[in-house]
Amino acid sequence: MLSQAAMEKFQQLLEHYPDKRAALLPTLHLVQSEVGYVSKEAIDYVAGLLSLTPTYVHSVASFYTMFYKEKMGKYVIQVCRTLPCALCGSQKILEYLQGKLGIEVGETTPDGTFSLVTVECLASCGTAPVIQINDDYYEGLNPEKVDRILEELSRK
Amino acid sequence: MAERIVFKNVDVPNSQALEIYRSRGGYRALEKALKEIKPDDLIEIVKRSGLRGRGGAGFPTGLKWSFVPKESKLAKYLCCNADESEPGTFKDRVIIEKDPHLLLEGIALTCYAIGIHTAYIYIRGEMIYGARVLEQAIAEARAAGFLGKNILDSDFHLDVHVHRGAGAYICGEETALMESLEGKRGEPRVKPPFPATQGLFGGPTVINNVETLANIPDIIWKGPEWFAAIGTEKSTGTRVFGVSGHVNRPGTYELPMGVTARELIYEHAGGIRGGRQLKAFIPGGSSVPFLTEKHLDVKLDFESVAQAGSLLGSAGIIVMDDTTCMVWAALNLCHFYEHESCGQCTPCREGTRWMSVVLERIEHGKGRQEDLDLLLDVCNNIRGQTLCPFGDAALTPVESTIMLFRAEYEAHIQGKGCPFSR
Ligand SMILES: Cc1cc2nc3c(=O)[nH]c(=O)nc-3n(C[C@H](O)[C@H](O)[C@H](O)COP(=O)(O)O)c2cc1C
Ligand code: SF4
Ligand code: FES
Repeated sequence: MLSQAAMEKFQQLLEHYPDKRAALLPTLHLVQSEVGYVSKEAIDYVAGLLSLTPTYVHSVASFYTMFYKEKMGKYVIQVCRTLPCALCGSQKILEYLQGKLGIEVGETTPDGTFSLVTVECLASCGTAPVIQINDDYYEGLNPEKVDRILEELSRK
Repeated sequence: MAERIVFKNVDVPNSQALEIYRSRGGYRALEKALKEIKPDDLIEIVKRSGLRGRGGAGFPTGLKWSFVPKESKLAKYLCCNADESEPGTFKDRVIIEKDPHLLLEGIALTCYAIGIHTAYIYIRGEMIYGARVLEQAIAEARAAGFLGKNILDSDFHLDVHVHRGAGAYICGEETALMESLEGKRGEPRVKPPFPATQGLFGGPTVINNVETLANIPDIIWKGPEWFAAIGTEKSTGTRVFGVSGHVNRPGTYELPMGVTARELIYEHAGGIRGGRQLKAFIPGGSSVPFLTEKHLDVKLDFESVAQAGSLLGSAGIIVMDDTTCMVWAALNLCHFYEHESCGQCTPCREGTRWMSVVLERIEHGKGRQEDLDLLLDVCNNIRGQTLCPFGDAALTPVESTIMLFRAEYEAHIQGKGCPFSR
């Protein structure tokens, strides 16, 4: 399930901790970055790697919102909804995205390009409203900026 | 401009590079400490500086370090808390992205003082760029002999690892952070035992916030008296204030502790947007009580803010103008706490859900007169009844807005809807 490069990273990770189990979150991150989400197979696979039970791995993975339980779009748009962003118009940004993409929060566009979710404070409140798309933050948003970002991503 | 400590390098181009950090005096405090200062004396210096934790609770840093037993069969650990997830707080990210070596030097000095050989930086999962910057800085520092084996030819060795979280606010709480680092669900532990004696992997553990650790190099290099002369008598040094919400210039401002809220909001952050009136501000991240324009002359230090009825917390100042509905604001934060409760304690898990339901109906015109007492009753049933301080934090926005803006709640109930248009 993991590529050669990811497998090497995994081996290095194990050296960071006195206890194999501590590598669980980093390993789940590795798997998700390769497969896109933490599938049932991924849970079994990670459990095997770390000598844990699948039940245990599932119980930990499900605690953390960043581990997706199902296949997501190529780009996961995460709109911050917490107070500082809300004071600066995050609701309008969210509504704009919903209209533009034609999907509700929690859905993915039919072509599989974009998923839309809301998240809590991203520690970027000084440049609100903020969204995160996959690994990157986009700050100080307005509808025009959102248009530009979506256009750029669609072209990739 | 006031003297800056943790933000002294952040405006310098390429500030994250080791050579730039070195050219600005970086790692000389570590060099001096390893050559000339005994570990115990380092702890004394930090005690004398008066430095208190920047993560939220303001616990004296040197005192915390002194609780760790000198001799221990189990390995000792340092956890650097880079979870930064308290709404309104966005300062540690700047240090991590712009001056990672300052943090690493602070970590190395701390570990040398306490006799620690492994440190973990627990960084919130979303900060992927920050984690990369730190990895890069660790590799650079290792190659240059500031981390790793026999640091600067001494017999001190230290490994630093970056550990990414995965989206759970509660993992900023110190024992939840340790659980999470060990590969478990981030559920807070019962205390005692305290981390200083039994923390990560069962070993004695110190946990400090990023900004706390970033103060250490200058305290060692310039001396505790220099540091203690900045700020107020009991809240020494500077603080990075993050100002967000309805201000003209939101952002992070490093200023001496004790600056007034008025100076911070009106001079540094440029005042309220559109020339409007300030209605309320939260002085220390979302978990502390709201204050109003009556409190603008309160000094932003631990003691003065507490005296005014709130807390300095994480020094994230959320500013709201007179167009802001307080029921809506409380509801927004209540949703946050409902979503982030780890679910271990019934009062916290159920209480946050219940408060959300009641606030929702008040905001949408379906509230009843009894709802206000009902909300306060739920607050009283959470307070002090939970395993970790999250429970008390969760009730704070609701309780403090009812206390300060009861008439506004009543207007929602009597007028069957929100009087503010959005
Ligand atoms: C619910 C909760 C969330 C917290 N979140 C953070 C956080 O994101 N960052 C942080 O440094 N401290 C956070 N803290 C405080 C830590 O538990 C701990 O006190 C702090 O990291 C100690 O470091 P300091 O003494 O240097 O401040 C949180 C506490 C609670 C109860
Ligand atoms: S108070 Fe809330 S967050 Fe803290 S341990 Fe209990 S349920 Fe979890
Ligand atoms: S509230 Fe959106 S980044 Fe903090």
